[in-house]
Amino acid sequence: MSSPLIETRQLVVEVGGRCVVNHLDLAVAAGERLAILGRNGAGKSTLLSTLAGLRKPAGGAVLLDGEDCLLMPPRQAALRRAWLGQFQTDPFGSTVLETALTGRHPHLGRWDWESTRDGELARNALQAVGLAGMEKRQIHTFSGGERQRLAIATLLTQAAPLYLLDEPLSHLDLNHQMAVLELFASAARDCGAGLIMVLHDPALAHRFCDRALLLYGDGRTESGAVDAILTAKTLSELYGYGLRQLEDAGHRCFIPE
Amino acid sequence: MPNRQRAILILVSLSLLAVASFGLALTVGSYQVASAEVLAALLGQAGGAGDIVLQLRLPRALAGFACGGLLALAGALMQVLLRNPLADPYVLGISGGAGVGAMFAILIGLPTLGIDGLAFAGALGAMFLVFGLAHGDGSWTQTRLLLTGVIVAAGCGALVALMLSIAPDTKLRGMLFWLMGDLAQAGSSWPPLLALAIALTLAMPFARELNLLARGMMQAQALGVAVNRLRYAIFLLASLVTAASVTTAGSIGFVGLVVPHLVRLATGNDQRLLLPASVLAGGSMLVLADTLARTVIAPQQLPVGVLTALIGVPVFLFLLSRQPK
Repeated sequence: MSSPLIETRQLVVEVGGRCVVNHLDLAVAAGERLAILGRNGAGKSTLLSTLAGLRKPAGGAVLLDGEDCLLMPPRQAALRRAWLGQFQTDPFGSTVLETALTGRHPHLGRWDWESTRDGELARNALQAVGLAGMEKRQIHTFSGGERQRLAIATLLTQAAPLYLLDEPLSHLDLNHQMAVLELFASAARDCGAGLIMVLHDPALAHRFCDRALLLYGDGRTESGAVDAILTAKTLSELYGYGLRQLEDAGHRCFIPE
Repeated sequence: MPNRQRAILILVSLSLLAVASFGLALTVGSYQVASAEVLAALLGQAGGAGDIVLQLRLPRALAGFACGGLLALAGALMQVLLRNPLADPYVLGISGGAGVGAMFAILIGLPTLGIDGLAFAGALGAMFLVFGLAHGDGSWTQTRLLLTGVIVAAGCGALVALMLSIAPDTKLRGMLFWLMGDLAQAGSSWPPLLALAIALTLAMPFARELNLLARGMMQAQALGVAVNRLRYAIFLLASLVTAASVTTAGSIGFVGLVVPHLVRLATGNDQRLLLPASVLAGGSMLVLADTLARTVIAPQQLPVGVLTALIGVPVFLFLLSRQPK
């Protein structure tokens, strides 16, 4: 088997001097889907940006394709992983197509302009998130959900083999939540993409991921196959609130007691 | 979709605008020179009005174009660096520092070279002060940078006001003209032109990365931009560009704020086009404003900074009211 898309070695992550991830060893290979769950402030986003190489770990290392991501030029890293942040702020105007095309940046040379093929990739990505026909719209006119889908389209345009998604479902209504998760699940299934996403809904994590990583916020982490780890018992402890588990047609559902 | 042909077309049109602004600057003035005579003088044929064109108007127009271009370029870069559409070349205190240097030089009676020297030294001083203070804890965020710049600028403003209030009446007029920006004080036009050419050459290879930086530091980093290095480079470049302009012609207002906005409104926010287009538009605008400044109440001359502000304020307010909500 080839080397995993991403691998952590004894990774330590701190937020404001508090250790949230202590000596984590983790690997995600092509086609694998991992959910990160935890309470607010447990360090999920910080861990994800550390995995993306956007933040220096307090200890240990993150390897992308077997290479330390901090020693790698940013452009090389951008070809190996795509990162979706929690917030999109746009101080300047821009069209939807221009925004989606920014995903092509790591693929273009210093003096290159976007080619027709790049435009095609961006249009396909916009279509995949249901924004076809809106290429010329100004991003300021978008609703929160539309802006989030545009950010996802930009990510698809980047065409990296590994997706790191920080709350990909924020601002999305129910049908788009499912559509986006189906989209990434099929990217993993059909194209062998790796997927790590921070999610708030353990039921969706169970349905769309193979494994889950639980962050307890005090440095303790726990990971395993979703069937084994996403249970009422572990989740009640994770969130500090009693949960009851229901099953229907192979899907799990968790209800607050 | 961003497109190179469109960019070239726009740049060619703006180049024509620049040529036209030079045509006007060379013919119009307290002494009218026919365009045929201007052409003859430029082609090296000695003629009656040749001296006026070659010795007075051309150097001044060139200096004006260079300063306008420098200010517009610095403004566009600062707006990306601070991710703030209201940033201008002076927001980080560069012109304040230059003002302190220049006022001091005029106050103690230094010649033009001394004024330029101290102005440049003041600009560099302010730049390093802002850089050092904003970088202090290593966070180097936009807010911290902006706040530090604004405070340093305010401090410089107080020093300038102090020197103005203790200056003898004979020197006050010169000091005020410097502060408002005035091309009559411009010496040789080659240093700012050279600075403009070098700065644009240095900035252009990073234009697409600047597009990403404008969208956010983390996003830019995730898409493959070495964000910290780029921000240091842009800060230094924009500051030096501002210093070059302020040293040449004092703190001419509004070109650096309004021109990038005008261009952005007309062509979009792609820095690959915005940077060179701002240079051409800013240069042309300042040449035209200076021609007006020389002619409105000729033979008296107005400081060009007054005119750019007078034109700039309503244009900017108009743009602001048109911005999509």
